[in-house]
Amino acid sequence: MKNLYQSFGIGFALLVEIAIFSALSPHFFTTDNLLNVMLQISITAIVAVGMTFVILTAGIDLSVGSLMAFVGVVATSMLKLDLRLEYAFPLAMLAGLLLGAASGLIAGTLVTRFRITPFIVTLALMTIWRGLAFVYTEGRPVWELPEAFALLGNGRTLGIPNPTIVMIVVFVTAYVVLSHTRFGRYIYAIGGNPEAARLAGIGVKRIVTQVYVVCGVLSAASGILLASRMNSGQPNAGIMYELDVIAAVVVGGTSLFGGRGTVTGTFLGSLLIGVLRNGLNLLNVGSYVQQVVVGVVILLAVLLDQWKKR
Amino acid sequence: MKRDILLHMRSMSKHYPGVQALDSVDFDLFAGEIHALVGENGAGKSTLTKILAGAEQSDSGTIEVSGRTIAIREPADARRLGIGIIYQEFKLVPELSVAENIFLGDERRFLRHGFVRFSLMHAEASKVLSRLGETIDPVLPVRKLSVSQRQIVEIAKALSNHVRILAMDEPTASLTDREVENLFAVMRNLKTDGVGIIYISHRIEEIFRIADRITVLRDGKLIHSCPVAEADSEMLVKWMVGREADREAHQWSPKGIAPSQRREILRIENLTSDRVHGISFGLDRGEILGLAGLTGSGRTELVRLIFGAERRSSGRIVVDGREVSVRSPGDAIKAGIGLLTEDRNLDGLVLQMSILENITLSSLSDVAFGPFVNGSKERRAASELVRRLRIKTRSVETPVETLSGGNRQKVVLGRWLMTQCNILIFDEPTAGIDIAVKREIHALIRGLASEGRGIIVISSELPELLQLCDRIAVLCDGIVAGILTREEATQERLMKLATSYA
Ligand SMILES: Nc1ncnc2c1ncn2[C@@H]1O[C@H](COP(=O)(O)OP(=O)(O)OP(=O)(O)O)[C@@H](O)[C@H]1O
Ligand SMILES: [Mg+2]
Repeated sequence: MKNLYQSFGIGFALLVEIAIFSALSPHFFTTDNLLNVMLQISITAIVAVGMTFVILTAGIDLSVGSLMAFVGVVATSMLKLDLRLEYAFPLAMLAGLLLGAASGLIAGTLVTRFRITPFIVTLALMTIWRGLAFVYTEGRPVWELPEAFALLGNGRTLGIPNPTIVMIVVFVTAYVVLSHTRFGRYIYAIGGNPEAARLAGIGVKRIVTQVYVVCGVLSAASGILLASRMNSGQPNAGIMYELDVIAAVVVGGTSLFGGRGTVTGTFLGSLLIGVLRNGLNLLNVGSYVQQVVVGVVILLAVLLDQWKKR
Repeated sequence: MKRDILLHMRSMSKHYPGVQALDSVDFDLFAGEIHALVGENGAGKSTLTKILAGAEQSDSGTIEVSGRTIAIREPADARRLGIGIIYQEFKLVPELSVAENIFLGDERRFLRHGFVRFSLMHAEASKVLSRLGETIDPVLPVRKLSVSQRQIVEIAKALSNHVRILAMDEPTASLTDREVENLFAVMRNLKTDGVGIIYISHRIEEIFRIADRITVLRDGKLIHSCPVAEADSEMLVKWMVGREADREAHQWSPKGIAPSQRREILRIENLTSDRVHGISFGLDRGEILGLAGLTGSGRTELVRLIFGAERRSSGRIVVDGREVSVRSPGDAIKAGIGLLTEDRNLDGLVLQMSILENITLSSLSDVAFGPFVNGSKERRAASELVRRLRIKTRSVETPVETLSGGNRQKVVLGRWLMTQCNILIFDEPTAGIDIAVKREIHALIRGLASEGRGIIVISSELPELLQLCDRIAVLCDGIVAGILTREEATQERLMKLATSYA
């Protein structure tokens, strides 16, 4: 049992989970439902990739949920500009992504140049972006968006939901970046021993800043997808998302102390939590009880991980 | 003189994934004896002491202390039995003070009404340190100490308790001669008090000076055990490596580089910071320059300034006739300057990364295509160095944290050998490296010089500098007290310069 778990780790836990739900509900193991699970995890999983990068450097980013909301309202409001859609659409996307990059740049700069701990920096940014989202919209959602925008998050390509396609592209790219590029190698080195990394000639400040920018841009992309799914820009979107995201990363085996972890783990972690929520819904477990179960499973997953390391 | 057997470890075995670190080894220790444990890097010496300390569990075998079979499950058990350990890879807490580190886990001694009386603790710490002839301020955080000072604290920590058995795992690897003398004096005192000492070192001459008995391990097996009088250094090396060692590593003719090419590659002018003052010297292509000096004389500080690891307040660095701006280690490497730092665990290695990743960390651009690392090219380059340095491992993917101390040192060395740096600075390059490989590393450094690179070497072992260097600069109190050529330099003259302002 232990050996089995050691070789497959979280994948094994996921299989057990799938087996249980398949046995308990006839609706669980169907193409439609599995695609549904993938769609449901897509938005948090994309952010979780960015979060994995940040946590690998022994940092944390609490601002992702608020940033998603702020980007969402800014991008949707730009769609309503008096412009032809061919122009307004790319412009809105670009503005949203740039906003995400700017947020990451600010966080990264404060962390590396001004040496404020990531927890404090991103906690502050979390309330700043949330506040700005409300200020910008005067607390009212942005409604009545062009129909084409809703397609982005709700449409399908080749039968697969668009957000899921984005998620897959993001994961594959992140996998390649982390395991096959210099940037990825430097991230692990910095997380493992920042002083050794610096003395090996790595531009630690530059790399860490870039990592926060990556997280910001991915949060922005997610924020746009979320707005499209809701077909509106909601200033209170994505509240507490940062916690779901961090849970997925940690359940996926990434160490909060930095230097250890993979995006494959993060994907499986997102899936583990997503499948759990979905299965509990199919079994008509109430949402209050669900919260308890999800919390327990997070603890179990981390405990199993500890046990595996022993 | 009839002596009691203090410690008897019988058929100790320990297996790690892929290696048999110990293979039914018997080891005994008398009261009032110094028993040296020697062997190549990765032979299993540290593993044996870790088992004694309760930091690791043996797979099989029994331990008897004073004739009674006992179980050591955790470090607290060992402490209770009067076993003290000086670990090779330091176990100090950087943020705590010297005194707090010395008495870590033993604070109860200073409790008054539920509070730790720090004044008492500091006084006690100073007392232990002064036994070692040291005056380190017990209030300082360990983070601020040099490696040799940290070593002293590690020793003080083991001595702070009343010990009957003391295991010392390479305590002198980073100590200067004077500190070694103080340590030996303390060891002799302990010996007359009836303490049994296990002494691990790669400095062969020390073993013949201080030890009563020698036990040799090779690949986890007991090879030979005898009184020190029955062995000599050639025999010892033969037992260690299992073959005749090359008597003297490749004869070295100083400056083996054509005079026409002997241009200056590095010039330091007036380098100044808090701890070094107005340092100037030049380094030629093909030259090996040694830096000597006592602990705290500023050797490490100086090379860290040259490498941009620390801020200098003034001074110029000239490479190949052009002034370079070195503000960070990255700048230094771009200018062709590499530095092997003195503490491999603290700021040399990323312990959880593999041997491969640690070796190529500073030269990824050489094995990359654009942003992508070329895996097979990287593996080839790293495997070559693993072979050349004889790093004992099953695969280049092994995490560095599972390597023995000496093999870790070889990994950092490998990293700098892989870079294209024309100026290489080695701060204690052979600390913890076994004698056979040490000779090879000396040959390697000479080889690097004869390729036309400029080399700076810091070593606390004067014989090593005398053997290796074309010139030796002696620092004292942050100032260059003098520079001697190979012909002028003797151990006495170097020592005299090193203490000239003291
Ligand atoms: N935690 C571990 N996991 C796996 N292998 C280990 C671990 N610790 C030690 N080893 C292996 O056990 C062997 C013996 O290591 P040990 O540290 O005892 O060597 P040593 O004789 O002290 O060498 P050195 O002179 O380099 O300090 C080595 O091959 C080492 O790689
Ligand atoms: Mg060792």
